[in-house]
Order: sequence, then structure tokens, then C-alpha cells
Amino acid sequence: MSSSEISGHTGSIRQAYRAAPAEADATVDAVEPQWSNLHAPDARHRSTAAVPAKNGRRALKAFLRNPNAIFGLVFLALVVICALIAPLIYPDDPLSMVTTPFLWPGQDPAYPFGSDSLGRDVLSGMFWGARISLLVGLAATALGLSFGALVGAIAGYFGGWIDDLLVRFIEIFQTLPSFVLLVVLVAIAQPTAPTIIVAIAIVSWPMVARLTRAEFRAIREKDFVMAARSLGYGHARIIFREILPNALPPLIVTSSVMVASAILMEAALSFMGLGDPNVVSWGSMIGEGREEIRTAWYLSALPGLAIVLTVLALNLIADGLNDALNPRFSEERS
Amino acid sequence: MSDLTRIGRTLRRTAVQAVPTIFGIVILNFFLFKLAPGDAADVMAGESGSATVETMTALRHRFGLDNTVLVQLLDYLNNLAHFSLGYSPRYNMPVAELIGQRLPGTLMLMAVALVIAIFLGIVLGAVMSAFSGKLPDRLISILSLVFYSTPGFWVGLMLIVLFSVVLGWLPSGGSGTIGSDLTGIPAVLDSLRYMVLPATSLALFYVAIYARLTRASMLEVKSQDFVRTAAAKGLSPRAITVRHVLRNALIPITTMAGMHVGSMLGGAVVVETVYSWPGLGRLAFEAVMARDFSVLLGILLLSSLLVIAANAAVDILHTWLDPRIGVR
Repeated sequence: MSSSEISGHTGSIRQAYRAAPAEADATVDAVEPQWSNLHAPDARHRSTAAVPAKNGRRALKAFLRNPNAIFGLVFLALVVICALIAPLIYPDDPLSMVTTPFLWPGQDPAYPFGSDSLGRDVLSGMFWGARISLLVGLAATALGLSFGALVGAIAGYFGGWIDDLLVRFIEIFQTLPSFVLLVVLVAIAQPTAPTIIVAIAIVSWPMVARLTRAEFRAIREKDFVMAARSLGYGHARIIFREILPNALPPLIVTSSVMVASAILMEAALSFMGLGDPNVVSWGSMIGEGREEIRTAWYLSALPGLAIVLTVLALNLIADGLNDALNPRFSEERS
Repeated sequence: MSDLTRIGRTLRRTAVQAVPTIFGIVILNFFLFKLAPGDAADVMAGESGSATVETMTALRHRFGLDNTVLVQLLDYLNNLAHFSLGYSPRYNMPVAELIGQRLPGTLMLMAVALVIAIFLGIVLGAVMSAFSGKLPDRLISILSLVFYSTPGFWVGLMLIVLFSVVLGWLPSGGSGTIGSDLTGIPAVLDSLRYMVLPATSLALFYVAIYARLTRASMLEVKSQDFVRTAAAKGLSPRAITVRHVLRNALIPITTMAGMHVGSMLGGAVVVETVYSWPGLGRLAFEAVMARDFSVLLGILLLSSLLVIAANAAVDILHTWLDPRIGVR
């Protein structure tokens, strides 16, 4: 039994549960009923070229009506702004010692989040930490998503022995415990930001590949693909221009979850001392604060809260996207 | 068909699927080992403090490191066939023995965490599905999303602050009172006291997943015809929920739990370093710090085998939970 089958159930139930607000909408614009609790209309929507745009607008509207998703979006925007303006408001190196050690939060208005055992400003570290967390999260996701989608697309589209071979390949990477593999890779390649990004991409692509493969296998049998074939389009054009746009909704949801889990992985790595030693990251701040956990627990608590809220925001966005795009899969992160 | 033949079939199918995967993992492991900076001769030379070029060459010749990659791969496979994972100069003992010492600790931690996660997850999920769409459902679903977003090591640290530092109820690390000569039930209770916090920190993330999954699959099963039949023939709501709904809802949960063995091992690596729990994860951490790659790769290989074993166990559990599954 495959995971997609199960998460398919998850999806349909969650859609059934959300059906109530959708019905309320149907009374508002009765012209276009919303079939959010059924799967079949997908095929109808997707068979014509004009509808997907409308579908996208509907999805955007549904997404923007979801208060949780809006909260996630606003908080994430805040973190992005913090990351962008970090060099402007804290031009100094966040690793430099600026004040007396062990200032508690609120003790000195100049350092609202206090200072650590070496007198470094905690708030400055958190601003700079947002940069590395987001950078690693986004870059690793982009890399893992493109590679995974490519492998999954080839496997699902061509089928046959290519599929068999690639599935075996995917399976190997899914069997290796991902965090253990991540630790091994980073330890072998030496921890720097680029190696961490590549390593996280290496452990996260198989999930995307499976998802894309499942989508491609379902879509390649549809009539419009056969039409494209009979028009003599090449494989590359059918894969990227015909099938991929239709396989995107679940991939978009997954990408949000992937950023969240990449941020968690980076935090765990740098907590263990396997982060880039020249950069402040939320995980490394927690790791250093751990030494003084008995006396100055705020040193670990504050960066941890930043991680929790950022990841929560991403997961809320993923949930909102999932409900709005109404894909058949809501992949559980594993 | 009897249960035994069905289980036999399942096992055979799993074995056929697992062999190529294991082979792939072994080869990948070998090449990772080759990529690691420094070979065994470098490590030995580093340990002894000094070495000339001649002794290095002699060492490389003795370990077969001057052979071609293919011959080295065959050597490696030959060693594995004899259950030899190599030798750790740092700990001065064979890697397999070292891992064997630490494995029980991790397995115990994972088992307790999994039990906590599945139990809490099913309870929360059942509550959510009973109140679906109402306030308890929404509150628990937000709570589980927070669990889902929290790094285990941070939960661990915060639990230490609360329960060990502020309240002083539970120990902050280790796996048992040092130097105690407890036996029997007090000894078990003592080690449980040490296990509560690490297992909880490891479990919280999975509680969220199982709660959501239970909620979804219970709602799905509830709407099916056989549940209506059960209600029509006069079964009490409790009997329906426990015997019919929950049993069917368990199938996706066991699948997920099987898939999580790998990721839970990864979580254990971090949680064990927080609580200085003597397990595989901490060994991995120490091996990273010491750049002891033979230990690290041994752990990677062994934990992959563990994942495969867990998947087989889940397959068997499925044939028992749902007799239709094995017959294909």
C-alpha cells in the first residue's frame, strides 16, 4: 500500500470537512458551483485550456479567505523582512561581543532580547539567523524540487524499464534514514552553507520524485496527452508544457512543506555543531545556549521560538494551499 | 489460506523487493566511504602521531588500499558477508560490536516514543473525529500543527528547563541512576524516569501526524456502509468505534509508523545528544566529532537494514489486520 493512497484518503476527508464553507460560497456566486468535495471535476477542468486560469484565480481567492493561511503568510513576510534588513539595522558581525554577558531580555533597552555568555546581542543573532534559515530552506527546496520533479517526471512518463530502474533508485534513498544520511554527508563534505544546501536537497528529493511520478502516471493516460502525441509533439514538450503544469498543484503544496522541513533540518544540524561555523544560525544559537540552560534558558528559548513560528507559518501556508488547490494528495512529511 | 502461508508469502515478496535495495545501499555506502577525506592509513598514522611515506605505503598495501576501486569494493562486500563493518581506531574495537552495544538503547527509546506517539495520536485523532468541525477539533488541530512545527531537540531542552531545572521532578540526562544497585521493579521504574523526557521529545512530532491521520481515516471509515450495518444491527456506538472504525483506521497508521522508523532514527540522533542517552544517535554524533567514518557508515548501513526490517514487520501486521491484503 503506497503512502499516496493513504494521503489520498486524508485529502478527500479534509475536503469533505471543508465542504461547508464551500457551500456557503456557492450561494454567493451560484453560477460556478464549487466541487471541492469531489475529485471527478478535475478532469473536466483540466481538459480545456481556458479553465485552469479561472481555477487558479478561484484557488487564490480560497487561499486568501483562509485566516490561518493569511496568518502564516503575514508571519513569513515578517521573517523575510527581518532577513532582508538584518545588514541595515545590525551592520556589525553578529558574532562580535558588544555588551556585558548574560543580560536578560528586557534588562537593557539597547539589547531587548538580552546577550549571551560572550556578550553577543541575541536579537542581532536572530535577525542574521533568519537569513541563513531562509536561504538554506529556499535553496535546498529549489534544488530538491527540480531534481525530484525531473526524476519523477521521467519515471512516470516513460514507464517500463526506465520507471523500474528509477523507482529502485528512489527506494534506496527512501530507505536510508534521511537525517542520518544528512549527518554523514555534511560530515564528509565539511559543513558550509552550500554543502548543507546540497545535502538537504539530496535527502529530500525522493519524496518529490514519488509524488511527481504518481501524478505523471495518472495524467499521461488522459485524452489531452494523447492529443498532444497525435499532433507529433516531442517528449520534452509533452512533459514540460502539457503534463507538468497539470501536475503542479501537489508540488506547490509540497514545496512549502519542504521549506519547513529544510529549516528544521538545518536547525538540527547546526544545533549538533554541524552548521557553517562562520554564520550565526538559530540552531547554533540554541546549541550554544544549551551550555547555560540552567541559568539562562532564554538563550535557547528565543531562537527556538523563532524556528517554531517560522515553520508553523510555512505549514499553515501549506495547509491553506492544499485546501485551495484541492489536489488529490496531501503528502505527509516523513 | 491459513495465516501462516499468507505471512510466508508476504515475507517472500518483501525479501525479493529488499535485495536490490540492500545491494544499492551497500554500494552507495562504499562510495561515500571512498569520498570521506583520509583513508584508514591516514587514521592509523594520525593515531600513532608520526609516519613516514614508506610506512604509509606499507599500511596502504596491508589494508589493500592500493588496489583498484573494484577490488576494494569486492573486499568490502566480502567483509560485509562476514558481518564485519570495519575497525574503529578511536574506540579500539570492531564497529559491529560498538554498534551492537548502543543499538538496544536506541531501539528502546524509539519503541517507547512510538508507543507514546501512536497512543496519543489515536486518542487525539479520535477526539477530533468525534467533534469534527467543532471547537475541540479546531483547537487540537492547531495544537498538533504546533507539535508538527517544533524541532525535537528544542522541545527536549524546554522540557529539561521545566521538569528538571524548575520543578526538579525528572533527571535531565543519562539512562539510569549511576551506581545504583536497584533490581526488579524499582530498576525498571528508575530507567523509565530517565526515559520519559527523551521519549516525549521524540514523540511529539509524530503525535501530530498520527492525530491527523487517525482523524481523517476514522471520518472516512465512519461514512462506509458496514458501519451503518453495524449500527443497524444494534451495536453500541463504543463497540462500533473500537471494533469496526478504529481497526480499519489503524491500517494507514501502521503504514505511516513503519515509514517513520527511518526518520525516527534520525530524530533519535538529535534527541540523544540533548539527553546524553547512550544510543546509536549519540554514537553517530561522537563519530562525527571524531571524524570516525567507518563507525558513521556502519550506523548508516545498519539503520537502513532496520528500516527494511520495519517495513517487513508492517507488511506482516497488515496481513493480520486486513486479511484481504496478503492475497494478491
